[in-house]
Amino acid sequence: MEEKRTYDIAELKKYKKRSMLSEVWRNYKKSPSAMVGLVIVILLIVITVAAQFMYVFNEDIVYNDLKNRLLSPSAEHWFGTDQYGRDVFVRIIYGAKYSLSVGIVSVMIACGLGMCLGLVAGYYGGIVENIILRFCEIFIGIPTILMGVALMSAFGQGLGVLMLAIGLVYTPLFARTTRAAVLPVRDAEYIEAAKIAGCSDLEIMFKHVLPNSLSPIIVQATMGVASGILTASSLSFLGLGVPIPTPEWGAMLSEGRELIRDYSYLTLFPGLAIMTTVLSFNLMGDGLRDALDPKLKQ
Amino acid sequence: MDKDLILDLKNLVVRFETEDGIVHAVNGIDLEIERGHAIGLVGETGAGKTTTALSLLRLVPKPPGVVECSKMELDGKDVLNMSVRELEQTRGKDISMIFQDPMTALNPVFSVGEQIAEAILLHENVSKAESMKRAIGMLELVGIPAERAYDFPHEFSGGMKQRVVIAIALACHPQLLIADEPTTALDVTIQAQVLDLMRRLREQYKTSLIMITHDLGIVAEICDEVAVMYAGKIIERGTLQDVFNRTKHPYTEGLFNSIPNINDRKAMLTPIKGMMPDPTNLPEGCAFEPRCPYAGEDCKRPQAKRDISETHSVLCCAYDRPGFHIDRKERS
Amino acid sequence: MGRYVIKRLLMMIPVLICVSFVVYFLMDLAPGDIIASMAPPDATPEQIELMREELGMNGTVFHRYFRYLKGLLRLDLGQSLSQKRPVADIFFERLPRTMELAFGSIFVALLIAIPLGIAAATHHRTWLDGVSMTTSMIGVSMPNFWFGLLLIIAFSLHHKWFPSYGADLGLKSLVLPAITLGTEQAGTLTRITRSSMLEVIRQDYLRTARAKGVSEKMVIRKHALKNALIPILTVLGSTLGNAFGGAVTTEAIFAWPGVGRLTVMAVNSRDPNLACGCIIMFSLLLNVTLLVVDIAYAYVDPRIKAHYAK
Repeated sequence: MEEKRTYDIAELKKYKKRSMLSEVWRNYKKSPSAMVGLVIVILLIVITVAAQFMYVFNEDIVYNDLKNRLLSPSAEHWFGTDQYGRDVFVRIIYGAKYSLSVGIVSVMIACGLGMCLGLVAGYYGGIVENIILRFCEIFIGIPTILMGVALMSAFGQGLGVLMLAIGLVYTPLFARTTRAAVLPVRDAEYIEAAKIAGCSDLEIMFKHVLPNSLSPIIVQATMGVASGILTASSLSFLGLGVPIPTPEWGAMLSEGRELIRDYSYLTLFPGLAIMTTVLSFNLMGDGLRDALDPKLKQ
Repeated sequence: MDKDLILDLKNLVVRFETEDGIVHAVNGIDLEIERGHAIGLVGETGAGKTTTALSLLRLVPKPPGVVECSKMELDGKDVLNMSVRELEQTRGKDISMIFQDPMTALNPVFSVGEQIAEAILLHENVSKAESMKRAIGMLELVGIPAERAYDFPHEFSGGMKQRVVIAIALACHPQLLIADEPTTALDVTIQAQVLDLMRRLREQYKTSLIMITHDLGIVAEICDEVAVMYAGKIIERGTLQDVFNRTKHPYTEGLFNSIPNINDRKAMLTPIKGMMPDPTNLPEGCAFEPRCPYAGEDCKRPQAKRDISETHSVLCCAYDRPGFHIDRKERS
Repeated sequence: MGRYVIKRLLMMIPVLICVSFVVYFLMDLAPGDIIASMAPPDATPEQIELMREELGMNGTVFHRYFRYLKGLLRLDLGQSLSQKRPVADIFFERLPRTMELAFGSIFVALLIAIPLGIAAATHHRTWLDGVSMTTSMIGVSMPNFWFGLLLIIAFSLHHKWFPSYGADLGLKSLVLPAITLGTEQAGTLTRITRSSMLEVIRQDYLRTARAKGVSEKMVIRKHALKNALIPILTVLGSTLGNAFGGAVTTEAIFAWPGVGRLTVMAVNSRDPNLACGCIIMFSLLLNVTLLVVDIAYAYVDPRIKAHYAK
């Protein structure tokens, strides 16, 4: 009676993975604003990469052309030129890489560290959890920007320091999110089953617990890129982030601010660039949240 | 024949226009209630009982709900064409409603006394202190000690909450009270208490009552008349005697056959087979036809109301067939 | 309730000590020697060393930190090196300005967020909902220093309605900074108001209220809002925290003489006592705010009040 069947496990696995991702993608596509966010982010990345091939730092980005200084936006200089005669549009396009890389790398740092802390806290519980939570509390108790200011002044200005500083500042947030996401999974029966099957703690944490609590972390990471970019540009604006001539958007804003009375476009465009980038990441995060957890959608 | 009608409802139609299609919740019902009478509105979940009640208060959420009606008079006043202001004055004063689930019907952030007093304050020209005093009086009337007036809903049990809900509904002595399955969410012992309380209060204030329930026992205990609803229509209507002992509609018969009989415990229950039709896709003819043991070709046509006697009517064309009767014994 | 508050206050002490530790060591890592830069150019190394001792800045960083901590435990924030005055004096002199700014911004934020959030929820899935959600998302995404500059361009350079810097004109000076900082907070608040209103609007008890004859306006404003307020309050605490943080950039744009700018100045001038003092006080402020919000819940939600009373 019994029919013998053979399954190609690898084939099945592929099918399962694809279906889960396509489910999320199907939900994601439904939201027009999320799609707008995604398109802008992709566009930004393409432009950023292209700009690195089109322009040379010393010739197109940092130079003096005093004949052409402070020209209003025109067909030739879309966003006008600054007090050194540099094309603002070119600088913004080229400068996208600073904001994007700070946002993304700092979230990678924060996410990596925070996830480990949160996993350990959520999985082991007890005193370990308490210590980690208290530790997070201390850092959450200091305004992000002030922590950034203190870190930047301790380690000096620069792109790498900025990434590290923002990454550290956001770590406790990721730790808390991860822990909160791990908690309901921790007591699930399949974790119990994995323990009985003899999996090591490390294996359970990364193979069983983490994948099942990933959704809120993904959402937080996307939104984290947005706030990372905002914090980075704030620090640069305060003169603590990436040092001037670098065409970082916050630094450009701070430069343009001196001429705000007569040349307001110098502050307008870098700010618009920051806002568009941050907005698109936020829209993506919002869309992802709905797509990953359709129950929450209202 | 001049009856003193508290409610005169003609051809009420309610539909919900949703993304997934139009849900025909109520499909043309007439309902007349004489002053002081209690009528039981009986039917399965989804028959349109609660929707009917909500449309009397004009509280059907819109959108997606659409209410149409040729006549809706409450104590001689035209509810259908009332302004928003008049409606607010009518709700809670002339007509009020007890909701099904006492657990969620009370606002968690106001004390129960405040919630009763609010109704009094809205409809009667009294001071805040006076309204609170009367609210406490209402609480005592429903059997809750006065000192609990300043407690919050989460400090009460389910039965106590239902008493509070009843106190709110009766606070301004409405002409017509709608009770939407007031005991479904309660324990059996508490059910009896609440029913007893409602009966006493109704006698005291001469309130007319629409009792919505799927429990025929409650109807027998409290009501004078019965209307049986199925798929948004009243399919049988009559006095308690008419419907219970001279049952005419096959669906009503089915309802009675589904109740366990305490005197004959060996008797098999005869459940009604099948399910209520999809309200987005109702048949043109009798909605009960697919489940009806007496169904014939004639049932696929639209049905017309048939008066059996002065008080008794039924919506079933099988009575056009000569000598038709249902199997249920007449026990008058 | 009283015991709960005391417990929370006591729990802040270790947190603040840790904050002081972290910040003190970070400040020590910063390059530059403030004492050397304060000394006259012709000072000998001995003279500089003497100065160091006088100012309590001698010894290793651990020595200095423990000396600082000892003072801290006696509620002494120490002396500012750059201004040669007690840190506490400097801080409290400027704190009222930042408080004005923070509360002004919360006021602006609530003024925008509550009506917008309610409108979005009561007109769920209509164009109004879409517009308010988009606006709030833009508000969240806008760098506040940029928005502040735009306001300056529009309202103090183009139309000369409000001053662009300083706090000398009282309320008139506060308008632009408060709007700048408030818009940043309004975005999150609007979203919270909307989602918590949407949650409440479905509740049965609103139907009970309507059936009582409560007008639709009062159903929303009294019955729904008081319930929706509970989650809004939670966020309001962290919003006020964000406002203290956002004050740093806002104060920089408007040359607002508050503690945010003071902190940045202290960090930049490598004044460890002043910087530490400011950040510790910021942290204290934040923690106290969160506590106040927790207490405020109890007054809105009787269920929580009962919980505390136990």
